Amino acid sequence: MRADTATVARRGRTVGWWLVLAVLCVPFAVPTIWMIASSFKPLSEIFASPPTFFAANPTWAAYSEVFTFQPFARQYFNSVYIAIVVTLLVMLVSSLAGYAFARISFPGRNLLFLVVLVGLLVPSETTIVPLFQMFKSVGMINTHWPLILVTAFAAPCVLATFIMRQFFISLPIELEEAARLDGLGRVATWWRICLPLAKPALSAVAILTFMSSWNLYLEPTVYLTTPELFTLPQALTRFTDAYGGNMWNVQLAAATLTVVPVLIVFLLAQRHFVEGLAHSGLKG
Amino acid sequence: MSSRRRDALAGYLFIAPQVVGVVVFVLVPVGLAIYYSLNDWNIFTGEMTFNGGAHYSELAADPQLPRVLGSTAVFAGGVVVLNLTLGLLLAVLLNRRLPGVTVFRTIFFSPVVVSVVAWTLVWGFLLQDNGGVNGLLEVVGIDGPNWLVQGPTAMGGVVFTQVIRSVGINMVLFLAALQGVPGQLYEAARIDGASSWTIFVRITLPLISPTLLLTGIITIVGALQAFAQIAVLTQGGPGISTTVLVYYVFQTAFEFNDIGYGSALALVLLSFVLILTMVQWQLRRKWVFHES
Repeated sequence: MRADTATVARRGRTVGWWLVLAVLCVPFAVPTIWMIASSFKPLSEIFASPPTFFAANPTWAAYSEVFTFQPFARQYFNSVYIAIVVTLLVMLVSSLAGYAFARISFPGRNLLFLVVLVGLLVPSETTIVPLFQMFKSVGMINTHWPLILVTAFAAPCVLATFIMRQFFISLPIELEEAARLDGLGRVATWWRICLPLAKPALSAVAILTFMSSWNLYLEPTVYLTTPELFTLPQALTRFTDAYGGNMWNVQLAAATLTVVPVLIVFLLAQRHFVEGLAHSGLKG
Repeated sequence: MSSRRRDALAGYLFIAPQVVGVVVFVLVPVGLAIYYSLNDWNIFTGEMTFNGGAHYSELAADPQLPRVLGSTAVFAGGVVVLNLTLGLLLAVLLNRRLPGVTVFRTIFFSPVVVSVVAWTLVWGFLLQDNGGVNGLLEVVGIDGPNWLVQGPTAMGGVVFTQVIRSVGINMVLFLAALQGVPGQLYEAARIDGASSWTIFVRITLPLISPTLLLTGIITIVGALQAFAQIAVLTQGGPGISTTVLVYYVFQTAFEFNDIGYGSALALVLLSFVLILTMVQWQLRRKWVFHES
């Protein structure tokens, strides 16, 4: 009997915690679900009173309008390719720098590391005006170069370098010493011994960098004027009718197309996302 | 060349792309921003004329600036306090043996991977007068306000939207830190008869304080730079009630084309970030627990 009451009490507690957590989940999960559900509504139903959650008469109309209203496929491609190029560049640059700052001793190392860290603290809004003039003087306005170069070397890359350095510091040095005694050079040690061990840190770096490139908004707004060159965040805000009113259903369809693929990748690889981040050396 | 010197050379080559990148894309622009802030720029002729710091006296005379700085403090302060509290609360809730706990972790983390602009657009819609939030409030008999057209609730909406989107990162970092606290410490405290709250304040908090400090810095620096959220949700309005410093910099430089004053404002922003970071590093010496 007593064992049974204990089990019941434990079950009750579990259900209680579930309820607490489920309520807390509402603002996290409902907006995304609502966005997807509403993208299948005609514009009239978006403002229906009483409001509906799921479409009464689901339609793909908003989705086809996304592609006729703007060169959305092209914009999608822009965002994807820029994010991939930036992520690969950052993984290379930060793992090289992070390794050297952690493992190689050379005069001025600490000072140079401090100089690099400054790059993490300077807001992009502080540098955007001068950068605009710099890119203008080399004819790179209304190209993707500023979005690629600034993200691949400034703040997002510095954060990555910091994460990689923290990781390499925590790596046992014996492995490398053995490799170097075997006559491996620095490049080979970095590439063949250290990088394969650095997968958790590299995946954290890849995720954070991809997201910061994917979310860039100020930079495209400032640098790009041709709709064919726009990136997704910028394109999402341009679904307005002739009077400047939001075309909500089209906007929500475009937002859904932007969000859902990343969300699916996240759900499939969420262990890597969360654990990579948790062990990124950002713990302090 | 000795092997030591060859090794040092390798070190310089390894860090070269990152160091050069920071110099070209961060330090040189900061230098130029200082230069712009000390000059008047005729945007039609492209001429620069030194004005002896007039833009800095303009800062003191700008009637909007005190309100902008106030909004910036409210926004950044609100985001940091709410983000760290909620992040810690979620981490503590999830740090227990409970079936299905990873499902909840996934849900709380998911907004982090949602595009900022998409997330903000959706919230902009939900916070409308006849939007989802008020629809939900109506169910429990509350007549919700038109959130984004009144100053205080607009600021609340911007802070809330920002916190819910990004708290997942801090939650995960706190969770990792909580799991790093040795179990024996809790057992010993419990044997001594300490309450859960005492254990949390006296053991858990000090032990995870390095994480609190680092996430605090990252969160506040991030909050000071939140541009897309404001630009999409409120465009700094109603009036200028949600015009935080980054948005004011953007407006001044790119909408009003006042590069000189915009640069002075941008440097004010930079000095805030630097001062806050230094203060937090100083605090670290005082109250952060060190394992050594």
